Amino acid sequence: MNPGALASGQAPRRRMAGGIPRDRLVRFAYLAFCTVVFVFLVAPILVIVPLSFNAEPYFTFTEGMLRFDPEAYSLRWYREVYESEAWRGSLVNSLVIGAFATILATVLGTLAALGLASPAMPARRLVMGLLISPMVTPVIISAAGMFFFYSSIGLGQTHLGLILAHTALGIPFVVITVTATLSGFDRNLTRAAASLGAGPMIAFRKVQLPLIAPGVLSGALFAFATSFDEVVVVLFMAGIEQRTIPRQMWAGIREQISPAILAVATFLIAFAVVLLATVAWLRRRGGSPRPNR
Amino acid sequence: MTDAAQSLRRERLRALGLVLPLLLFVGVTFIAPLGTMLMRSVHDPVVADALPETLASLGEWTGEGLPPDAAYEAIARELVLAREERTLGQVAGRVNRVESGLRGVVTRSARGLGDVTEGPWREVMVAIDSAWADPGTWHAIRATGQRFTARHYLNALDMQQLPDGSVARQPEDRRIYLPLLWRTLIVSAGITLLCLLLGYPIAHLIAHAPPRRANVLLVLVLVPFWTSLLVRTTAWIVLLQTQGVINDLLVSAGLVGDDGRLAMIYNMTGTIIAMTHVLLPFMVLPLYSVMRAIPGRYMDAAASLGATPTQAFRRVYWPQTLPGVGAGSLLVFILAIGYYITPALVGGSSGQLISNMVAYHMQTSLNWGLAGALGGILLAGVLVLYMLYDRLVGIERLSLG
Repeated sequence: MNPGALASGQAPRRRMAGGIPRDRLVRFAYLAFCTVVFVFLVAPILVIVPLSFNAEPYFTFTEGMLRFDPEAYSLRWYREVYESEAWRGSLVNSLVIGAFATILATVLGTLAALGLASPAMPARRLVMGLLISPMVTPVIISAAGMFFFYSSIGLGQTHLGLILAHTALGIPFVVITVTATLSGFDRNLTRAAASLGAGPMIAFRKVQLPLIAPGVLSGALFAFATSFDEVVVVLFMAGIEQRTIPRQMWAGIREQISPAILAVATFLIAFAVVLLATVAWLRRRGGSPRPNR
Repeated sequence: MTDAAQSLRRERLRALGLVLPLLLFVGVTFIAPLGTMLMRSVHDPVVADALPETLASLGEWTGEGLPPDAAYEAIARELVLAREERTLGQVAGRVNRVESGLRGVVTRSARGLGDVTEGPWREVMVAIDSAWADPGTWHAIRATGQRFTARHYLNALDMQQLPDGSVARQPEDRRIYLPLLWRTLIVSAGITLLCLLLGYPIAHLIAHAPPRRANVLLVLVLVPFWTSLLVRTTAWIVLLQTQGVINDLLVSAGLVGDDGRLAMIYNMTGTIIAMTHVLLPFMVLPLYSVMRAIPGRYMDAAASLGATPTQAFRRVYWPQTLPGVGAGSLLVFILAIGYYITPALVGGSSGQLISNMVAYHMQTSLNWGLAGALGGILLAGVLVLYMLYDRLVGIERLSLG
């Protein structure tokens, strides 16, 4: 380091040979690198959207598409998906399984989070670890175990079996989001309600629930998204009757590649954006899984 | 009992009452299945149930020479019985896993014994197949006859139990699982490092950008995070395959010839690229939340005290981000070592990880005991990392975007 610079109280400033300040160059390289990473994150997803309007059965841009020739674009893959019994059935399955799994996970998970938030809860850490374990357990292991266990109790290849399995996988998300919301909850509010004569149920319904509702709701959305995107357990446990959208996509990728799956993918991207927007909106209303404090 | 103690008791019961339904639910729908799988990895009653008397008469056999005549008589009867009860295929398959080639011996013998009504059984069986005069055949039957066995775990660690009971490593060219386990660990570590390398700068950019811009940039991280895994994997197939977008781009730019298209998918490269993409948000989010809490004043202070930007970063900024680095890296690593979907779809044959081997034994080879053992080893590894994560970060702070 240049001692003269220190003496004059200035941060040393080095210059590259060309006369461009080194700081500027570093800053430029840093921004360029970040741009590349953002492109890496988003571009693959964005590429899907125009390709799903391909008039040809190709997975890449045709010359017509690059010339923006309207003839090169079509809705044929959307029509194909819409008219396909298999895809429609899988949408119904995904929605039914997802809805029931979400309701179960949200109710049970919220109750448990309320218990876990109490300072009197014994073995809190262990219980928490157990409840969150489905989230970190490699899904192939969960799926293999569920395959053995659910078939042995007669729930293999049933909707109920899949609903229970997806509930287990969605529970950690509800527990985490609601617990985080509750950590910002002022317990004096329930005490105040009690002192004003409210019973525990009334105090919960009128005071606590409205305040933690955004957290509960974003936990529910996480649980639904988990079920809606889950494929490995479905691969192991579902019969033809229980095929879900991800299962159909899996088959589409592995067996008969057709741009129809790009149309479905575009639909799922739109769905993800809606979910993300909803969760962001809920978070602004205080449902943050990671409260800013 | 005092009032305070009583109210504490009541509060504790209330808390337990709220948690209990979920605990029971997770116990039945998740922990019990894991237990079933682990049980299968050590418990295998098929041969013991099918050949009880054979195994009983082998109990007196020292392992030297051939077993007593009683064993031949018993197995002749029980093989025919197993054939009638349609369990023969399972028995033959299990014996075959210990000593390959014995599947045919067992099924052939059962078929041949169908017409024979009387002994001497030793001679009859040896006449059907000379393998019955080989002590190795009997060792294999005795080994598979144990109800509780460490065989699958030994197998999963590329080891085997020799007839004299000692444990030895498989010959070099038959080791499959340990190299695969190593590959999984190394690839996961590589992906973690890659995520850190790509994620650190953008987390920094987002954390210190003005709020409006930070929100926009954060969306760029969160959209992939919320997008279906299968969609993202499909996207990489579209981009990377030989007739895909990137190769088309390279060809039309003249960078590679039409016959020199790059193989970027259905191999390890594809697995690494797609998995890095999928796991990157899990690195960025914890880094971002740690970095956001670091006041910009610290860097200014370091600069005013004469630190170059590099020094200020190394001595002031980086140490404060270490909790985020640890949380993100650990999470990405945990998720990476258990990854299944992406390698299965874009990994080809060279880009498979340990989870794919579990799936193979579940679905194709139907060696469920071995699948359970491989799963058990993977699960143990994840469990250790999970506890480490809990100790260092706290599981309730797993970041969800």
